[in-house]
Amino acid sequence: MRETISSTVPLYPAAADKLKFRGLLFAVAIALLILPKLFSSGGSLTTFSLVGISIIFSMSYNMLLGQTGMLSFGHAVYYGIGGFLAIHAINIIGTNKLPIPLPVVPLIGGLTGLLFAVVLGWVSTRRSGTAFAMISLGVAELVASSALILRTFFGGESGISANRTRLFRVFDWSFGPQVQIYYLVAAWMLIAVIAMYALTRTPLGRMCNAVRDNPERVQFVGYDPHVVRYLAFCFSGFFAGIAGALAAICFEIANSAYLGAVQSGTVLFATYIGGVGFFIGPIVGAVFVTLLSLGLSDLTAVWQLYFGLIFIAVVMFAPGGITGLLMMHRPLLEAGTLGRVLPSYFIAFVPTAAMLTGFIVAIEVTVHYAVNSGDDSRIKAFGVSFDAASRYVWAMSAVLLIGGFLVARRTWTRVRHAWDDATGAAREQGIPA
Amino acid sequence: MSSAIELRAVEKRFGNTSVIRNVNLTVAPGERHALIGPNGAGKSTLFNLISGYMKPTAGSILLRDQVISGLPPYQINRRGLSRSFQVTNVFASMSVWENLRCAVLWATGYRYAFWKNIDNLPDVRQRTTRVLENIGLTARRGVPAGLLTYAEQRALEIGITIAGGADVILLDEPTAGMSHAETERAVALIRRLTEDRTLLIVEHDMSVVFGLADRISVLVYGQIIASGSPEEIRGNPKVKEAYLGEEAA
Repeated sequence: MRETISSTVPLYPAAADKLKFRGLLFAVAIALLILPKLFSSGGSLTTFSLVGISIIFSMSYNMLLGQTGMLSFGHAVYYGIGGFLAIHAINIIGTNKLPIPLPVVPLIGGLTGLLFAVVLGWVSTRRSGTAFAMISLGVAELVASSALILRTFFGGESGISANRTRLFRVFDWSFGPQVQIYYLVAAWMLIAVIAMYALTRTPLGRMCNAVRDNPERVQFVGYDPHVVRYLAFCFSGFFAGIAGALAAICFEIANSAYLGAVQSGTVLFATYIGGVGFFIGPIVGAVFVTLLSLGLSDLTAVWQLYFGLIFIAVVMFAPGGITGLLMMHRPLLEAGTLGRVLPSYFIAFVPTAAMLTGFIVAIEVTVHYAVNSGDDSRIKAFGVSFDAASRYVWAMSAVLLIGGFLVARRTWTRVRHAWDDATGAAREQGIPA
Repeated sequence: MSSAIELRAVEKRFGNTSVIRNVNLTVAPGERHALIGPNGAGKSTLFNLISGYMKPTAGSILLRDQVISGLPPYQINRRGLSRSFQVTNVFASMSVWENLRCAVLWATGYRYAFWKNIDNLPDVRQRTTRVLENIGLTARRGVPAGLLTYAEQRALEIGITIAGGADVILLDEPTAGMSHAETERAVALIRRLTEDRTLLIVEHDMSVVFGLADRISVLVYGQIIASGSPEEIRGNPKVKEAYLGEEAA
């Protein structure tokens, strides 16, 4: 019976695909297991943990934005609430010596996120688009400001801290060392990613996509788009709560910043830069943005400015995000015409990099005069020291910026031609590109 | 069951403008009923009222003797009434297959299920496959709906409309903008797909109307001026004056 169906309907994930998927999961699990053996310093383990948390959070956000078409400006509410409840849970469990081990605590955070989404989501998911975005912003401000007012629960400005090592132990893991926290995050991340992937492949998951594409038509195939949005919102709150709880466990503290606009903005950022149209987009974005924010803040004082510029550049030139840029090349790879565009990329890279260098020098010099004009004019950015007062530096910046742009513009045209040529050749082979 | 659709003294006003005025209309079960009339007569508005997209200002609408006016579109759809749109209204970034599958999900009873793998639902799969074959898009199943040709999108539009198995079908100008050959194919498709179902169709192409319909109603300025068999409508002087005459000239 099965055989006859699958022979008439060949587009289904065949057994081979399923095997491939399981193989991929297995490979990821192994990689997560051996990662701490390769990079064992405390700093890198913390970085990995933060990346893992950010992946869960971004993916939960993309359930709204990418899967269901809802732009939220207040997703940190569910993340933060999850974090606070996790801290309170750890304290309560610790004081009362309850037999609940730490690895279960993220679930408490998740359920809290779910509960808040259940309560707060019904009204806001009535509409998508601007109305939803505005309500999400309002709710976020409401919760963030009450975090500062309700001191007993949120701990005011300083937040609430906890000691994660005093809980009931399983396998004698104290969760004191960072490597144990890393494994905790990695395990939850794997579970959450699999669960969120599975969710996209259910009737509800597909109807989320339908609501994203055309909420009006959904009503005429029997579905209430409000209910679809609401359910997506609840699931999204659940996974955001797990992420927040893991963050709280990692830092042993929860404070009002967890719920704030910056946190909500960062997750939007990471998801969009990664690519909202793809399941792996938020994963890519979370890795990129977390590493970039940790790395950039060491290299320059105005790292947030660069962040904003990157975001603008992605919105303008690569609306599909990093993943979208990469996936554009897949048909070329299939058609074997990738070789026609790569040389033009290399040629374009040199003047574009020169232009960007000139731009960065100009920014750093401007920042020196605008912000720290009283300080020593010898500044250091991106590990390079130079004198902001030197005319030579100014001239070099101008030459790189203007000269780089003029040359780069020609190479971009070249890239475009090469691209058209390569995609045209791919289309001739019947590969949609 | 005396009627599939019944409109009783239905009115629709936007502000001071009456768009639908005292419309009474009965479509018998199994009947193919065409709604014709000049541009701006209110045909699409009438469809919007019946399908729940808009609420009538006064009067009531009945589906199989049960009042449906005032219900949201999805509840009307669940009761077995499905409509298509004049301007193609599909899920543009999803494949043809996904489009049709979304349209059969509620009717197969899976509702908002988030605990079932959608690829492991044989009933959904079979039903989707059948609709796909019926509208002749099997070869295009993996293509995003937004990338289909116009005629293919119109076929998909009809496919989504009938996929849920509703027995009352409303088609809003299904052949608009099609070439002669495409129109012929579309009419054959509609005839086949609405076998044993009730059809209410808005159509401008008179050859389609007179070829397909058992009964015809003529809507002019929000009022039904005539209702009857194709022969009766052809011979009706009021219709000739208001509509067919213009069309011929």
